[in-house]
Amino acid sequence: MSPPHDTAAAPPAKEGGAAPARPPVESPETLRKRARLSRRWQRDVRWSPYAFVSPFFLLFVAFGMFPLIYTAWASLHTVELTAPTDMEWAGLRNYTRIFDDEFYWNAAKNTFTIGIISTVPQLMMALGIAHLLNYKLRASNFFRVVMLAPYATSIAAATLVFVLLFGRDYGMINWFLGLFGVDNIDWQNDKWYAQMAVSSIVIWRWTGYNALIYLAAMQAIPQDLYESAALDGASRWKQFLHVTLPSLRPTILFTVVVSTIGASQLFAEPLMFDANKGASGGPQHQFQTLGLYMYEQGWVNQHLGRASAIAWTMFLILIVVGIINYVISRRLRASS
Amino acid sequence: MRARTLPHSRLRSGGGTRIARRTRKTVVIAAVAALSAGLLAGCADDGKDEDGSSSSDGGGGKTKITLGLFGSFGFEEAGLYDEYEKLNPKIDVEQTVIERNENYYPPLVNHLTTNSGLQDIQGIEVGNIAEVVDKYADKFVDLSKYGKESDYLPWKWEQGTAEGGSTVGLGTDVGPMAICYRKDMFEAAGLPTDREEVGKLWTGDWAKLVEVGKDYKAKAPKGTTFMDSPGGLFNAIVGSEKERYYDASGKVIYKTNPAVKKAFDLTAEAAEAGLIGNQTQFQQAWDTTIANSKFAAMACPPWMLGYIEGKSNPENAGKWDVATPPKAANWGGSFLSVPKSGKNTEEAAKLAAWLTAPEQQAKLFSKRGSFPTAQAAYDLPLVKDAKNKMTGDAPIGQIYAPLAAELPVQVVGAKDQIIQQGLTDNGVILVTQGKSPKEAWENAVKTIDNNLEN
Repeated sequence: MSPPHDTAAAPPAKEGGAAPARPPVESPETLRKRARLSRRWQRDVRWSPYAFVSPFFLLFVAFGMFPLIYTAWASLHTVELTAPTDMEWAGLRNYTRIFDDEFYWNAAKNTFTIGIISTVPQLMMALGIAHLLNYKLRASNFFRVVMLAPYATSIAAATLVFVLLFGRDYGMINWFLGLFGVDNIDWQNDKWYAQMAVSSIVIWRWTGYNALIYLAAMQAIPQDLYESAALDGASRWKQFLHVTLPSLRPTILFTVVVSTIGASQLFAEPLMFDANKGASGGPQHQFQTLGLYMYEQGWVNQHLGRASAIAWTMFLILIVVGIINYVISRRLRASS
Repeated sequence: MRARTLPHSRLRSGGGTRIARRTRKTVVIAAVAALSAGLLAGCADDGKDEDGSSSSDGGGGKTKITLGLFGSFGFEEAGLYDEYEKLNPKIDVEQTVIERNENYYPPLVNHLTTNSGLQDIQGIEVGNIAEVVDKYADKFVDLSKYGKESDYLPWKWEQGTAEGGSTVGLGTDVGPMAICYRKDMFEAAGLPTDREEVGKLWTGDWAKLVEVGKDYKAKAPKGTTFMDSPGGLFNAIVGSEKERYYDASGKVIYKTNPAVKKAFDLTAEAAEAGLIGNQTQFQQAWDTTIANSKFAAMACPPWMLGYIEGKSNPENAGKWDVATPPKAANWGGSFLSVPKSGKNTEEAAKLAAWLTAPEQQAKLFSKRGSFPTAQAAYDLPLVKDAKNKMTGDAPIGQIYAPLAAELPVQVVGAKDQIIQQGLTDNGVILVTQGKSPKEAWENAVKTIDNNLEN
């Protein structure tokens, strides 16, 4: 590290000293004082930035770093929530047992399928909506605010409403389908219907949010591209395909990554959607996600060690997702 | 950036601003220090003095006593807090309630292990009392000096007392169970409606109850089932057993206990025959089945009468009645405990003892239907002459008191709740969804074993 630029700088002039006609004769005492001030100045410059950034890092250490390390430590032990200080060394057992823990793999599969059926339609709908909003519309601001309204709603409240809508015997959706002669669908107990219902909550909540991101990116696309495309006789659909989509590539990648991370951490929606005991994700665990399974192990069954191991596997999965994103985005950048 | 901004700022720094800068620096350092100190304090044990919500002065020199409860204990609704505050003008009582015990108990355990965030009085469900007494007895005030042992049912007192003799929890209520039934629907199906006769239909054997269900189904009003839910029937049957999921030595036996399997199979049989509604109890849709009169009978401890009243359509008042069950069974019943980490453990213990004293239990029963755990209360007029609007003024006090005396002294294990929920919510419920009883049992066992294994 190079020294700060101003270490060599002279200390400020003495108090009340107007500019002297000639350089004042410095007594050894003033020189010492000046040197001391200079040292203090130096320390100030060197350490103050750390003081300024410290709040974040203190918070991070307390609420990010420490739990992370503690979780890793706990995952190597058999430890119960009822006595967290009572740890018994278990080595990698909590990890190896995952291989034949059918509930873990069930949860992993559910996380994946729910992730797919919520993320894909969500992003496609967001793109379409953003494209529509990008036209000159009357009251376009109104529509944009409305798009964001679900995102501002509390997940818990929204999910409770969805649970009512998806009720088997008295739900509105089944009532509506009944008008067309469709039999009551058991939205909670049938695996695929349950996963679709959970996904619909996710889609409802995040579509507008993604649409606004796309919209922002779309508005940065130069208008003359569209104009020349229109002159060449490209229809609006062609314009969307050949002008909008290619320009949005980095944005789309960004939303895919963010949604993937969100989907792999899916927790609150399935938790609230469960009619029985929350964390089990339905009587046959048909919509239990990894996040939910971790919560069930740790907080319902009180097995902190197992829950910690699950948490770390989730962390590793997220890291893999991050690496894939990094590789793809580098490729993209290189190709453009 | 730095190269540009710093010399620039130096240009401006005259004599006067140097002092200002020093002050600014002091302020920043002080702020950072305060923040980090706050953070560290946040990590420290805050159970005793930091937690503002617990046992601090409640304004005007009053001592505030807080209760952490789940479900509907009903103390507040029955006016007991107001009464206590009137009797003790220096005390201010406040409660926080979490609807479901599944959401209440895990944080409670967490708070107990860290000795923080606890209320002055904490409610404990009977399904959890064994674990609490086993593992945390030393974290609670011994209530044996506050409550009067002779007032309570002996087995209930024993359940709340640790091996060393320290009483962790005072029983608030017990759940002697009866069968509540709809007179109008029984009549429509050609069954007797008088409570004596109805009780005789199934005396002594749960299987007889299922048989009555088959009779009901043959002539039942359309769209109704005999009973409400598989969970309700299963709980009722196992509630009449002494040993359910644990044996007396504390070993988990739910898988091998023939009584449990029998209860499961009987419930599954009833479910397969279409005698039970396919609901989970205490869910919104289940509430709606009560309001819409979708079933004719249900297992019902006294506290359920209050629940029925809350969810029923008012025009159904008087159409219910209460009959004796095949066998005396217990369902529910909670405890009040006083964690040592509270500030006013003395006052809290007094309040807990007062709330569970016979007179108050009698009041609670007359207003909320929680059946007294204090046998001394059974002869009080409030219990003896109790009536209930939904059941057409049936003498519920006289129906339930003998049942309470016959209750089996059940072995309660540490993970009773997890096992019970596995058997109902991951088990019998599946039969109503078209799975075979065998599949349902396997699903339940798999879930429970995975949940128990640590």
